[in-house]
Amino acid sequence: MKREIPLIITGVVGIVFIVQFFIPHEPFSSLSDIFSDWFSIIEACAIWLGALNLIKLSLDKLGKPMLLVTSAIVVVALIVGIVGAPDEFLAGRFPLILFAVAFLLMALGQYSRSKMKPDWFFALTTIASFVIMLIAGLAFSGGRTFQEPGTHYDYLYRSVYTPLSSTMFAMLAFFVASASYRAFRARNREAAMLLVAAFFVMAGRVPLAEFLGTLTPDAFSGAWATTGGFLSGAADWVMNFPNAAGQRAIMIGIALGIVSTSLRIILGIERSHIGGE
Amino acid sequence: MPTPTIISARRPTSHPRVFTAVIATLALIVAFGARNVAAQEPAEVTDTTAIVEAALTPPAPPANILADDAPNDAGGAIIVRWDKSPDEGAGLDNVGAYQLLRGRSPNGPFDTVGTMTAGMTEFNDGDVEDGIDYYYVVEVIALPSPDHPNVEPPVSISRPSQPARSSAQWIHMGRLNSLLAVVILASSILYFISKAKGGEKLFIRKIAGLEAVDEAVGRATEMGRKIFFIPGIQDMNNVQTIAGVTILGRVAKMAATYDAKLDVPVPRSLVMVAARETVKQAYLDAGRPDAYDEDMVHYLTDDQFGYAAGVDGMFVRQKPATIFYMGAFFAESLILAETGNSIGAIQIAGTAMPAQLPFFVAACDYTLIGEELFAASAYLSREPKQLGSLKGQDVGKFFILLFAIGGILLATFGVYNISHWFLVR
Amino acid sequence: MAKGTQGGFWQRLMAIDRRVIFLAVGIAVSAPFFLPISPKIHITPEVESLYNALKELPAGSKVLFPFDYDPPSAPELQPMAVAAITYCLENDLKMVIMGLWPQGPQQANLALASVIEGEVGDVITYNGKTFKYGIDWVNLGFQEGREFVIQRMGSSFAAAFPRDYRGTPVDELDLMRGVTNFNNVDFVFSLSSGYPGTIEWVQLAGDRFHARIGAGNTAVQAPMVYPYYRAGQLTGILGGMKGAAEFEVLVGVKGGFGTRAMLSQTFSHAIIIFFIIVGNIAFFVGGRPSRLKGTEEV
Repeated sequence: MKREIPLIITGVVGIVFIVQFFIPHEPFSSLSDIFSDWFSIIEACAIWLGALNLIKLSLDKLGKPMLLVTSAIVVVALIVGIVGAPDEFLAGRFPLILFAVAFLLMALGQYSRSKMKPDWFFALTTIASFVIMLIAGLAFSGGRTFQEPGTHYDYLYRSVYTPLSSTMFAMLAFFVASASYRAFRARNREAAMLLVAAFFVMAGRVPLAEFLGTLTPDAFSGAWATTGGFLSGAADWVMNFPNAAGQRAIMIGIALGIVSTSLRIILGIERSHIGGE
Repeated sequence: MPTPTIISARRPTSHPRVFTAVIATLALIVAFGARNVAAQEPAEVTDTTAIVEAALTPPAPPANILADDAPNDAGGAIIVRWDKSPDEGAGLDNVGAYQLLRGRSPNGPFDTVGTMTAGMTEFNDGDVEDGIDYYYVVEVIALPSPDHPNVEPPVSISRPSQPARSSAQWIHMGRLNSLLAVVILASSILYFISKAKGGEKLFIRKIAGLEAVDEAVGRATEMGRKIFFIPGIQDMNNVQTIAGVTILGRVAKMAATYDAKLDVPVPRSLVMVAARETVKQAYLDAGRPDAYDEDMVHYLTDDQFGYAAGVDGMFVRQKPATIFYMGAFFAESLILAETGNSIGAIQIAGTAMPAQLPFFVAACDYTLIGEELFAASAYLSREPKQLGSLKGQDVGKFFILLFAIGGILLATFGVYNISHWFLVR
Repeated sequence: MAKGTQGGFWQRLMAIDRRVIFLAVGIAVSAPFFLPISPKIHITPEVESLYNALKELPAGSKVLFPFDYDPPSAPELQPMAVAAITYCLENDLKMVIMGLWPQGPQQANLALASVIEGEVGDVITYNGKTFKYGIDWVNLGFQEGREFVIQRMGSSFAAAFPRDYRGTPVDELDLMRGVTNFNNVDFVFSLSSGYPGTIEWVQLAGDRFHARIGAGNTAVQAPMVYPYYRAGQLTGILGGMKGAAEFEVLVGVKGGFGTRAMLSQTFSHAIIIFFIIVGNIAFFVGGRPSRLKGTEEV
């Protein structure tokens, strides 16, 4: 039954979603809304599963002495948070109390297994960041309005999270350069076409020709402006025609793949994702 | 103003000509002064009235209020359409907004249902009960007068519509074309599945990335280093993640057989749960339940770049020999792939995100493009039922190609009147 | 992946250490901020089309702003948001802000804060005019559910967002009275960097509920969205930093980040093109390495 029940649920829900697309009459339309809501609820509750797993693995890497010290500091911080939290039921004390209990149980459970690993510092940083953000958001940011400008949570969001995320994203600029340098070699005909298209798109999506025009005598500015217009037009043409056509072709293939995979899953032919053959 | 004749304080002369002259002069002075005053202040009483009258003139009400049951829905909705007011964009040109009112009788009372800016001529009232007759009227509200902000903009009201009643429909008539497409596709998939079950050999072309999976797992075993499997950044409700987790099962079975170490950091809790089941079963099937450790599959963070940073750190510290990227990826794809490239790992990627394919193609050794990701499970397992579904998929592609070529020819000759057959409402 | 081979100048040129490339890109990106050059921005049709669609909206029109991005995409999308908010405040368009991404509503507050004078509060001031929360703009906050939220908004905004981000019931907000569904908003300005985002808004709000939609997307997402613009399902697209710069020029935002960063982007593109050319010259002059059997590298 361990495999059969998920298969039955998958089949029923899948068929309801397909049917409601063609039959708008009740109960199909509200059933699909209900199933969507159920998934959102399960997904939201499952966040705790992952978070606790992360804390557990991090505690595993600290080693016994550091685990004790860390646990003590975390528990004290959580108590401060619980005391200072607003009274709102779900936005303040209750989740902190739940987490404190879970954390204590995990720390006790992991104590015997814990061995200091080479990346213990990252594990410690993970636990510290998690607890600081949790307490700042739930206890000291005004409850439900924790995202309002001026709260501690908002301060941490703007001063820590935003720069860190932006930095990671900014690394793409460097990686694009090194990947392009390695990948855009005219090894064969298709690669050469890719290289030419990439050149036009990269040159045409920025005012490169106009900038070069400012470095040369004014007599050439018209020529540079024309070149810039040509490059921009070429880039637009590549994006609007070959790119759009290629994207559509890939999307059609993907859509067919999704239909086929979904049908296999709904009919129970594909079972690997639930531990089947 | 002319200098007035000085009227002395002495007794006026009794001479009649002088008296007349004085009176005439005084009259001239008064008339001249009054004229100047009139020139400085316009005839306020008359002009203000005209302006206020203009500000109080409502726009003409709209005509032809038509209310009908909203088609192809679960009931509870009526669509109301009207012709725009003649004073919108013409005439008084003072239409500010339309307000739709609803009542259960043509004489009211009416409740406000919605307000729309000028230019709108249709409204979907989704707050009605089935089986009850409703009547609609449309109010036109004039633009407020900038010179008289305290004057309430005037309103005119249309005649009520004919009664309209909402109801639910059993069949969505705008999607019959989709239904036909789904039936054809599903039938062809099921047909080829049954043919494959019957023992017929089906040809599937070689996919280089999948042929290399064996070699990649073997490399990790020889080097004594880990295999990392990244199942994408989306949750289990995304088909690409399911495809990725399915491939994970195959890879985990190979890893268990070759005794290679597997590490699966995931960005979603539900994916962690599903992947653990998959890997556990794979190790059981390979006869290596002792080698399975549930911490092989572990959660990092939901945050996209936090996940990328965490995984990159693992790559740099642990230097895996082989990395698989199978699932839905976004901007972190290149960050992960380039880091994997820098440590010398063999990388096999597969995604159905068109925007990320170029990055994987540039940075990875092998890339499964789009539908190849969904074919991977069937390809690796070689199960007849799964291979049959791939054939059925190709039938769908054949029909799409046919319609695409037909559409191109028709459009080339200027025939557009059948394109609406392919519109899905 | 095979490492660069040792030997000759051309061989070494084909396998430049990636740190050299990183350094060159770093200099190319940061140097322009110290140069007093303003690049000339050429306006593309898809950006102009979006701007014209906004110009058609009369004063008092309601614009729905889904903020579907997070801080990493802010360099590209925040300038678009700032320019769009500036346009709305200058032309008395009412803003209904929401997000399908958790950080979206906060990004909206940040964008608003950078446009107005002073802090974001119940009353804000811009160009001497005051605007009141609940009357001139609302922030409905984030709602979990991705495209299902859009679907629910199609029948009732209040069902999808019963409260705004402060917890106030939406029927207590003047601006939201009379906003039942997409029929009551005049334009949807989707700012998105991934999923859920513009494509979901087009497929649901546009196709199913007939909303007029314009999009601001990152440079990576824009190619996927172009087919919808060409099909007429989008009124226009702002693609990446360049789209942001063009929109800033059209709206009249002086010294906007998009425009200032264009030179930086120009230099970085130029450096990448330079390295690609160098790599290809080295590839052809230095002799191509033998192709590995069974591999087809592009």
